[in-house]
Amino acid sequence: MARIPNVQKSVGSTLLALQLAALLGVCGWATAEPLGLPKVPVPADNPQSPEKVALGDKLFHDARFSIDGTVSCATCHNDKKAFTDSPLRVSEGHHKLTGTRNAPTVVNAAYYTSQFWDGRSPSLEDQSQHPMVNPVEMGLPDHEPVLKIVREDPAYVDGFKKAFGKSGRDVTMDEVKKAIASFERTVISGDSPFDKWYFGGDRNAISDQAKRGFDLYVGQARCVSCHVIEQTQALFTDNRFHNIGVGINRIQDDVPRLAAAFLKAKAAGASVDKTVLADPKVSELGRFAVTDSFDEIGAFKTTTLRNIAMTAPYMHDGSLKTLKDVVKHYNEGGKSPADPWPVNPYLSGGIRPLDLKDQQIDDLVAFLETLTSPAYVAAQTK
Amino acid sequence: MTRLITRRSVIAAGATAGTLTTLPISMVRLAFGGTREDFSFTYISDAHIQQIKGASFVRNWDMGLKRAVAEANLITPEADFVMFGGDLAQLGKKEELDHGGEMLSHLKGKLRCVMGEHDYYFDLGDYWSKLFGPQWYSFDHKGVHFVVLNSILTTDEWTFHRWPTAEQRMLEMAGLDNPNGSPFMVGDKQRAWLKDDLDKVSKDTPLIVFSHSPLQKIYKGWNFWTDDAEQVQALLQPFKNVSVIYGHVHQIQYNQIGNISFNAVMATAWPWPYPDTYAQAGAHVPVLTVPMNRADPFFERDATGWQMIDVNSGRVTARYQLWDNQERVVAYDPKLGKPVDKKYQEAIIRKAPQQHY
Repeated sequence: MARIPNVQKSVGSTLLALQLAALLGVCGWATAEPLGLPKVPVPADNPQSPEKVALGDKLFHDARFSIDGTVSCATCHNDKKAFTDSPLRVSEGHHKLTGTRNAPTVVNAAYYTSQFWDGRSPSLEDQSQHPMVNPVEMGLPDHEPVLKIVREDPAYVDGFKKAFGKSGRDVTMDEVKKAIASFERTVISGDSPFDKWYFGGDRNAISDQAKRGFDLYVGQARCVSCHVIEQTQALFTDNRFHNIGVGINRIQDDVPRLAAAFLKAKAAGASVDKTVLADPKVSELGRFAVTDSFDEIGAFKTTTLRNIAMTAPYMHDGSLKTLKDVVKHYNEGGKSPADPWPVNPYLSGGIRPLDLKDQQIDDLVAFLETLTSPAYVAAQTK
Repeated sequence: MTRLITRRSVIAAGATAGTLTTLPISMVRLAFGGTREDFSFTYISDAHIQQIKGASFVRNWDMGLKRAVAEANLITPEADFVMFGGDLAQLGKKEELDHGGEMLSHLKGKLRCVMGEHDYYFDLGDYWSKLFGPQWYSFDHKGVHFVVLNSILTTDEWTFHRWPTAEQRMLEMAGLDNPNGSPFMVGDKQRAWLKDDLDKVSKDTPLIVFSHSPLQKIYKGWNFWTDDAEQVQALLQPFKNVSVIYGHVHQIQYNQIGNISFNAVMATAWPWPYPDTYAQAGAHVPVLTVPMNRADPFFERDATGWQMIDVNSGRVTARYQLWDNQERVVAYDPKLGKPVDKKYQEAIIRKAPQQHY
């Protein structure tokens, strides 16, 4: 089956891909999916169109949507860095303010069933509005400055007319969010050496060491139960939330106080988005901050592993520098050398010591390094 | 009604709508038409703390109890008291009871314990009693009369004369489908005490009885069974409002027999399959019971958990905190006169349970 190379680095190349798709007679606005990925889910009320994608691309890269004009979506989700801000531990917003969490890649975010590390946002559309008004990210007081620009800048006026047939006050955040989300739905990538080996049948696409690592991945190392690989595709996520002992181990003694104070503040109207990015300790409550469920204390979303070798450092807090550190953390049953003893009591029942030997840890890392797509092999993250 | 955290709002979170927890407390009282003070207590059970060697204990069982204790301590405001439902130890060893007792010592609030067979059959409850007190007793709390029974006793012959060592006696009673085992019973002496204790209580007083084994007969091979259950029930039936809460079965069960409502609680250690999935012998799982969801064995905490017990006008609402699974709420329905699952009681909306053993 012919596959269209997935190169989305600029408006130009996106349009090129579109024209290519049109030439190949692909129905509507739908490119074939890269090897290893399913069809991108597109919500019924926001169908893809070339005009919308181009508009979203422009919005995504526009630093004017921040309080000091220095931060765009692409600042922390940099195209050249596999849509992360690697090697930063946590993201830097306006005036170098820092949040509490490591920027997750936008690549393949279209497949998640919820967005942000704690899943506090249900869709790409909803997600896209929050960083603009978060005090430590883009820092706007509200969305009015965004609307002023998109309603008045001639390039945007033209773009919104083409994409939505709307202008003036009819252009709202709804259209802005839809355009950004449509662009993000084109930032997908498979075709990694792993895909060529596992789905494509190319026996030489990955090394023997990586193949040994794969056996561990689906066996003794217990990775695949959450970082899912299926018969015909691999999203490397179960879209669930798990306490794996990152961050929460360090603040476990504070949980009773933090949980009570957080719930009290939330009941009084505090924003989850603002609170979790402002306070490093509250941040570690994870998914609990969204659902209030004890079962999700310290739990964060299972992220994709695609392009993982290019997106160091790791985990929601960027606390682990290398893939080897990550594998060792799991091998110890959810504990890293800097963590206090013992592991936190809210730990997921899926996490337990793995008894991997050094050679096995290296094999597993070698496997993880086969998950990089051609488009991001040269990412400038080192 | 303020939305500040009450224990009800905290515990309700994660569970979806339709539970009483979302109602203001005053409305709950109206709904039940009662005048007694509502309260809650925490119920943790079946930790099965197991020594491997020296200071080494089975990690999985340790993690279950630690998690239940840590979460129970997050309830705001605090529950009125905490019950531990038996089988703190796996083989009744001093080391296991000490290790488990140390974990329980982190619980906020007054702790009361029920004797399980895994705590008992090594030294016949001697060390357990030193740590946790009497094996059967009663107390009153906010208008409810509580009774704790040791329901895992058996015949004197089996207990005192059959086994060459205490270790072997313990191991024989710890096995399932073991022809060398023996059915549990409350026994003559304790039933006489119970009769005497209940004689002093008005028949209008709500009664809540804690036992380790079910005070009803479900499956003898696994001792989901108390041999003199009918005689114990006969002592309880004259009361208008009786609830029995038991451990041992490591699964959600509930039932109604006459005036007596039954609720089983979860283990923190591991789940048992439902005995009617075991094809080689008949079992009598209460037909009222909506079984637990099938567990994902990858998550070793799945199908284990702990519970918050709300007492509204003397009636029990069991809120099951089920890790890596859906929370469940089983509450006494005064109109139907029996406990029902607040969400899954109708067959059409149940999730598929484990169908085979």
